[in-house]
Amino acid sequence: MSSAQDLRKRIKSVTNTQQITKAMKMVASARLRRAQAKAKSTEPYAEKLGQILTNVSATLEPEVLASYPLTAVREVSRTLYILIGADKGLAGAYTSNLIKYFAQETREKAPDTYETITVGRKPTDYLKYHQYPVTNSHVGFSDKPEYSHAKQIVDEASKLFLEGEVDEVILIYTHFVNSLTQNVTSVKLLPVVTEPHHEGELNELYIYEPSEKTIYDQLLPKYLEITVYNALLQASASELGARMTAMTSATDNAGDLISSLNLEYNKLRQAGITNEISEIVGGANALQ
Amino acid sequence: MSEGKTMHLDVITPDKNAFSGEVKFVVVRTELGELGILPRHADLVAALEIAPLRIDLPDGTRQFMANFGGFMEIKNNVITIVTPNCELPDEIDEDRAKRAKARAEERLKSRNADIDFHRAELALQRSLLRIDVKHKV
Repeated sequence: MSSAQDLRKRIKSVTNTQQITKAMKMVASARLRRAQAKAKSTEPYAEKLGQILTNVSATLEPEVLASYPLTAVREVSRTLYILIGADKGLAGAYTSNLIKYFAQETREKAPDTYETITVGRKPTDYLKYHQYPVTNSHVGFSDKPEYSHAKQIVDEASKLFLEGEVDEVILIYTHFVNSLTQNVTSVKLLPVVTEPHHEGELNELYIYEPSEKTIYDQLLPKYLEITVYNALLQASASELGARMTAMTSATDNAGDLISSLNLEYNKLRQAGITNEISEIVGGANALQ
Repeated sequence: MSEGKTMHLDVITPDKNAFSGEVKFVVVRTELGELGILPRHADLVAALEIAPLRIDLPDGTRQFMANFGGFMEIKNNVITIVTPNCELPDEIDEDRAKRAKARAEERLKSRNADIDFHRAELALQRSLLRIDVKHKV
């Protein structure tokens, strides 16, 4: 049984913790709204770009398509995983879900058949500590990604792919559904999967300026960039959502703890008073 | 479409819809040169250069935007420009563009092997475009 003084101290410290988690919750929810809006505003861009890509690739012959280095399908002997996680913790199971997914993916693979590019301090630290092959890592922007970051990641990944270091690139990130639900998903970034040309089917006729090939050459990297950018934005919204949920439950738990501590403290205090009174009464009776 | 005299233009960037509305005439620049588009143009896909984008509105006003590359698709009298960035003259900070221009020029002049010429070249193009569009107003 702890003394009243100990209880007072604990109540004070839990109250302080609650104030901190409450503030973090508020910050996360304000930033979540912004991140969500940003993720939403890139949607039309990504959609339209994907549409143009599909249209253009539908008009190209399969042989022509196969000649593009970024769409070349090779036998997979090495895989590059791009992991998008958080820089900071205190976001519940956000990072551990991501890592669990990644571990599941690579469980049956020998360590020399894959490499990783990580985004965010948390997954980077984890993978390095557990001696996974980390080729490169990007930290410092997990909750506020910019287009240039996506460009950089795409440049690195496509360089590895074009040099033949890896035969496929898989992007693992957390898809934002709502602030309570976030799903870890993976998409194959490279080689780019395109719709094949259908023989005899009347493809939509476009004039190409300057030529299909030039457009396709410029379109593919842009498409990759927006895919990664979108993943970064989804991940940042998920991170903030996970943090908000975690901090909400932390605040609630702290509240529960404070009330139970208060109850115990009051009981103790009351017991003390009762004790004193009975002592006084006992003493007074003894004098009579 | 109002009597086939206008067409719809959407300018989409990753951050926002930079423009959306009916227009009378649009001029873009592709690798092969300037391309003027009137309503009811044939379906087309084009890769755009870093160049001013001219938009003539139905009421006769002419508007310029700084367009930083991207693609244009025309389909059923709807033009969609998908671009990494597109700025209105009001959004352009001329002083900043001038500083960027000076910086890029200095880099290109220095002939130092360490610098990325392609990047400096693009930075110069972007700053020139911003200044150009700002002055067209």
